[in-house]
Amino acid sequence: MISFDQVTFQYQDAAEAVLQDVSLAIPEGELCLVVGETGSGKSTLLQLINGLAPHLTGGRLAGNVTVGGLDTRTHPPRDLAEIVGFVGQDPISGFVTDRVDDELAYSMEQLGIAAPVMRQRVEEVIDLLALARIRHRPLSTLSAGEQQRVAIGAALTAQPRVLVLDEPTSALDPSAAEEVLAALLRLVHDVGVTVVLAEHRLERVIQYADSVVLLGGDGSARSGPPGELMATSPVAPPIIELGRLAGWEPLPLSLRDARRVAGPLRDRLAERVPVRPREAPQADAVPAAALPAAALRAALPAAALHAVDLNVRYGRVTAVNGIDLTLKRGEVTALMGRNGSGKSSLLWALQGSGPRSGGFVRVGDIDPSTLPPDEAIRHIVLVPQRPSDLLYLETVAAECRESDRVALAPPGTTSAILERLSPGLESTAHPRDLSEGQRLALVLAVQLAGAPAVVLLDEPTRGLDYGAKMRLRSVLTEHILGGASVLLSSHDVEFVARTANRVVVLSEGDIITDGPARDVLTASATFAPQVSRILRPVHFLTVDAVRDALGVTP
Amino acid sequence: MPTRTDGARTATRTDRSAPPLAAVGRGVQRSVHPVAWWVWALGVAVATTRSPGIVSSAILIVALVAVVALCHTPSAFSRAFPAYLALAAGVVVVRVVFYVLVGLKSGTDVLLPLPRIPLPDWAAGIALLGPVTASGLLAAVSAGLALAALLVCFGAATALTNPQRTLRSLPASLHLLGTSAVIAMTLAPQLVDSWRRVRTAQALRGRSLTGRKAVAATTLPVLQDALERSTTLAASMDSRGYARVHHGSSRLVLALLLAALIAAALGTYALLDGTGPRWLALPLLASGGAAAVIASIVASRRIATTRYRPDVWRWRETVISAIGVAIAALALAASTLEPGVSATSAASGIAGLSVTFTVCGILAVVPAAIGGQR
Repeated sequence: MISFDQVTFQYQDAAEAVLQDVSLAIPEGELCLVVGETGSGKSTLLQLINGLAPHLTGGRLAGNVTVGGLDTRTHPPRDLAEIVGFVGQDPISGFVTDRVDDELAYSMEQLGIAAPVMRQRVEEVIDLLALARIRHRPLSTLSAGEQQRVAIGAALTAQPRVLVLDEPTSALDPSAAEEVLAALLRLVHDVGVTVVLAEHRLERVIQYADSVVLLGGDGSARSGPPGELMATSPVAPPIIELGRLAGWEPLPLSLRDARRVAGPLRDRLAERVPVRPREAPQADAVPAAALPAAALRAALPAAALHAVDLNVRYGRVTAVNGIDLTLKRGEVTALMGRNGSGKSSLLWALQGSGPRSGGFVRVGDIDPSTLPPDEAIRHIVLVPQRPSDLLYLETVAAECRESDRVALAPPGTTSAILERLSPGLESTAHPRDLSEGQRLALVLAVQLAGAPAVVLLDEPTRGLDYGAKMRLRSVLTEHILGGASVLLSSHDVEFVARTANRVVVLSEGDIITDGPARDVLTASATFAPQVSRILRPVHFLTVDAVRDALGVTP
Repeated sequence: MPTRTDGARTATRTDRSAPPLAAVGRGVQRSVHPVAWWVWALGVAVATTRSPGIVSSAILIVALVAVVALCHTPSAFSRAFPAYLALAAGVVVVRVVFYVLVGLKSGTDVLLPLPRIPLPDWAAGIALLGPVTASGLLAAVSAGLALAALLVCFGAATALTNPQRTLRSLPASLHLLGTSAVIAMTLAPQLVDSWRRVRTAQALRGRSLTGRKAVAATTLPVLQDALERSTTLAASMDSRGYARVHHGSSRLVLALLLAALIAAALGTYALLDGTGPRWLALPLLASGGAAAVIASIVASRRIATTRYRPDVWRWRETVISAIGVAIAALALAASTLEPGVSATSAASGIAGLSVTFTVCGILAVVPAAIGGQR
């Protein structure tokens, strides 16, 4: 269906080629997963399939890409519309119209398809993706998961034989991601569409993949069956890491397969750790480096932040409903919950910039909303969902200097933090040219320069690969060792399992659960990390914890 | 895995067993063709310009508000209607304030004996304050209200029709114009959103910037955001087949449009300039119009896009636009029908009560009965 024949692709002004001499073939009806670190060329590979690269992006293409027998060199994306459907990373900025059914029909209108056929296809897609309830709604009122499904539907109405998706679940909570993936599976199984998708969170999709394209980061690409390639892949979800640790052969990809072979491992672990979580030592739930924090907590006043009866209302909608929250020093708290459950509103209200309709917040004995901005950042900081909003200077070095000046920190503080978060970042680079992960690192460094007592992060792991998440984790751990407190909202169960000590679950503006990460995560059906699901009833959250318990050194 | 697949397959089958076309008829709420609402609103607008006074203008405004209240579909544009009303009220207030401050005061029926403040020579002819008379005040309110009614007409038309749908009923030759307008209308609120977002985010960095630096700090991320959005949108439109069935512009269309333009210019000149040959005006204007229409048709033929759910013109649309035309015709004929009522004589007497305009008002409300969602 799709074939790459000795493809080399280089962007204009780029020193090296993104893809170097890549040859691969994706047969019809497969679900193919593109795997690689940030910047390894995943998006480029996807754009090559429908000709957006090089027709829209520019750049030099050598070799041939053919889709359904058509060469993308001679066929621009619009000529491939009935062969390849393309769904980009941010569905809402790809919408052309303002209502769901108009959006579904847009592609067909452009292709000049007759009205009766159009209606029939819109109905079919509505059924296929379960959009009946929202078909007349304005696009801007949809939730992120619904928007993603509409974007998929809009690509599908042209009846393409290939569907290409760039990170379709990265902005979604676990259950919305499941919905989108279920819709994709239905397409692969029932309609016979070939699906090619790139995804950072492999734990969500690896089990459904028929084949994997692994990008090496040096321009090379290998393709093959998932089990074979994942055995040596530098990026791997917890299930694969656990499989490698336990030496399972062949490597299980789905939780079900893993549970079936995990019996002996469970028995070995059960001898070492009691089964009931509450009596278990906390050691394996707390990140190893954070252990001295317990001693620290005793020495310092325990609470870094108090919030009492906090309310946030927008018109008639209640986003945060009378929440009481205390953040302790030396603790990473994760805020979880569905999209739209009030996580962001809570974070902004705590920081003091966002609206508050009632209740009070104290950091130490000060309400942060009464402080001028340049003083507030030495007490409480927030890293918003789009970190790039905070950056405006010409170079990374200038941003760092400005940050030192504002935070009254000794010169070099910000760049030192940045060096640890993202080693080897060019200080002369323009912030706009950085990758998503590098930009987050820069903003985090800027915000941490004033050594604030409370750090709030809104969805920090979006678009980060496993390596970047690991570095983020180590900087946060170090920061709480200095007596600070971290509150982060996240959909990323695996990141939370490895980073947080405490988990707070929100639903419709109320706190539903609040407790140690280990108890909350293992008890939850939606939020349980893979390791916990495989090893249940033995309570482990992370591969690292299993490794420690087994006494294996990595 | 296999079990899950089977489940999904049966589910799809049952979903599909429902005939898709039946669902279309049941689910779609058919709204009135936007062009019909515009014709109606323009008709009322013509009437407001001929309104003899306060009562007539007020009747027309009440009719407009009633129709909007009964027929609007909830959207951002219909939510903006109260803003139009507030703006209209503002116009009346401003008109009255101007009358009191600098208006020309005449008449003897003094309401408020304010002193006249003389201005220096260079502002001769303008008098500050002065005695406020009842007739003068009525005239000011009447003039303000007529302008306010015109504003409300426009507000009613936008509230009743989604401008995006209106643009979609443009002929295909204006397709590109319509597309860019629709995109601009979608992007504008997003731009405002991102500007607001960046402003709040900047405060998080602990700076209160002022002057040029502050402008740069907000504009840069906002522009960057807009640029990224546009690129994404372009990619999305391109991969969905945009412009695939456009066959480029044609020389014929260009020539016809040029001819239409020249004919229109010459025709207008002949019509307005007394020394020119008057008899040329009509044929020139008519042929110019014809050339424009032919150009539009030819251009439309070159674009083969189709339309999903096009707005259809049925009896409701005919009735609503006929009412608009009737209102305009009645208002224009009012001076002949009722010679006693005119804008000048109204100020002193009954403040512009007129049988013709009351009929206009009643006619204007009629669409409320038939223009709701079906």
